[in-house]
Amino acid sequence: MAPQSNGPSTDLADLTIAEARDALRSGETSPTALAEACLARAGEAGALNAFVHLTPEIAMEQAHAAEARLAAGEAPAMCGIPVGVKDLFCTQGVPSQAASKILDGFRPEYESTVTAQLWRAGAVMLGKLNMDEFAMGSSNETSHYGPAISPWRRQGDGTPLTPGGSSGGSAAAVAARLCPAATGTDTGGSIRQPAAFTGITGLKPTYGRCSRWGIVAFASSLDQAGPMARTVRDCAIMLGAMAGHDPKDSTSADIPVPDFEAALTGDIRGKTIGIPREYRMDGMPDEIERLWQAGADMLRDAGAEIVDISLPHTKYALPCYYVIAPAEASSNLARYDGVRYGHRAKLEQGDGIVDMYEKTRAQGFGDEVQRRVIVGTYVLSAGFYDAHYNRARKVRTLIKGDFERAFEAGVDAILTPATPSAAFGLGEVGEDDPVAMFLNDVFTVTVNLAGLPGISVPAGLDARGLPLGLQLIGRPWGEEALLDCADVLERAAGFVARPERWW
Amino acid sequence: MSIDIETARKVAKLARIRVEEERLPALAGEFGAILGFIEQLQEVDVEGVEPMTSVTPMRLKRRPDGVTDGGYPDKILSNAPDAREGFFTVPKVVE
Repeated sequence: MAPQSNGPSTDLADLTIAEARDALRSGETSPTALAEACLARAGEAGALNAFVHLTPEIAMEQAHAAEARLAAGEAPAMCGIPVGVKDLFCTQGVPSQAASKILDGFRPEYESTVTAQLWRAGAVMLGKLNMDEFAMGSSNETSHYGPAISPWRRQGDGTPLTPGGSSGGSAAAVAARLCPAATGTDTGGSIRQPAAFTGITGLKPTYGRCSRWGIVAFASSLDQAGPMARTVRDCAIMLGAMAGHDPKDSTSADIPVPDFEAALTGDIRGKTIGIPREYRMDGMPDEIERLWQAGADMLRDAGAEIVDISLPHTKYALPCYYVIAPAEASSNLARYDGVRYGHRAKLEQGDGIVDMYEKTRAQGFGDEVQRRVIVGTYVLSAGFYDAHYNRARKVRTLIKGDFERAFEAGVDAILTPATPSAAFGLGEVGEDDPVAMFLNDVFTVTVNLAGLPGISVPAGLDARGLPLGLQLIGRPWGEEALLDCADVLERAAGFVARPERWW
Repeated sequence: MSIDIETARKVAKLARIRVEEERLPALAGEFGAILGFIEQLQEVDVEGVEPMTSVTPMRLKRRPDGVTDGGYPDKILSNAPDAREGFFTVPKVVE
């Protein structure tokens, strides 16, 4: 992209990762100039509440180091690229509190593996990004920092909209061009749903592709980190730096990290794309239905074969998730007891250690987190473990089996809508019904339960001018083929809309 | 599915979350709504199905059972709400 005429510093923040990489290597710009442009944009975007901590000193230090590497001609693709980091990632010496009051003031003495790998690849940290508390939510409204706001608005309507969740700050920041890319994490849809709501691209890799070490745990068998950026190519580039085996996470796979960008051939002739009939939901808006059909047509026009498939246990994915995720959360969040880090309740005369635990957790956890910890405790408690938790694990086996049968039958990727609706207004969903918010993840949660890679690609706008996304689901460890297919879809869809600046 | 206040109180206690008496009915209601939602799983035929233990089949790596980390108590204590003389400090546990 050629720099436009309204001032160089603002244009730099519009570059994609691939464009910035090429401009850095050719010497047209510098890591410092890029970081400054992004920090300036972020500084002006307080109304979005996307960045919750900016780290300009670290950014400048890393930018200088990247300059030296570029000068020496030893720069990997991410060298000098500014990125935002979801608050769920522990970053050494920088507040990392999973948007929870219970981790107020926590400054880790260590760096998560994924962010350490990004810095090793030369990426530049701009700061920490807003999210739902402990990644539990689909609208960023459970954040202790207050909600992140989408840069998008409905046409002729100033209602503040959600950027989605839980990686809402990441999505808002990338969509508003505060940074070319950000890290996200996805337990039930937390990368793909916000990406779809904000017109960007988000990839949840295969479970085990990225190390979970140093990422605040929500549900360990479902959590996976991934890139959020403006193009499929950028996700491919960034995933290359994030992925890889880590001896500190025994579930991270010890397999080579391919060159994901090199996998973008643009040729999907002869590939088989499955359309799962169970994803056609009652009451699904016509525009989503049409977008889905249009996406299938685009892939067919590119030479793929479109086949109808069945994933019969889809209906049970959400209830299954709402047993397994809270169960694991109740165990993972047991560590927040007011002893080793974070918030401790002020105690009354005579309060014992159990009072300290109970008061600390009541004050430190927000309502949604408390509900999930309590549900998780219940489904794991004596007498209910078999009826709820073990049953959910069996249903999970069946859900994974559905996908395995589709792939065995020759399906290369599965096309679905990313979300059942466009972004909604803050406060519009789930005020009185804790279950209503869950339905956001109806198309994404199956992918976490089956451990598969999934990517959300912006594919169109609804009648009110809001972005809608399509999801492609790949085979386990099939990120290369998945990205190739997503790249074809992205180009065919030709999504160029961007939010008009009001902030 | 409805949850009585006594169950809500008991589970909150197990979860080590203090819930004030006046909030218990609301909690029981929300809790019941979520349990009602997951109740759907009871209609699935899971006869003979193995519960999932690992989503990506892999053999966990083994390593020698040795100390590979540690030796920095200051770092461990640096975020503690209360630490004295190299220890975490908590209210009296034994009378």
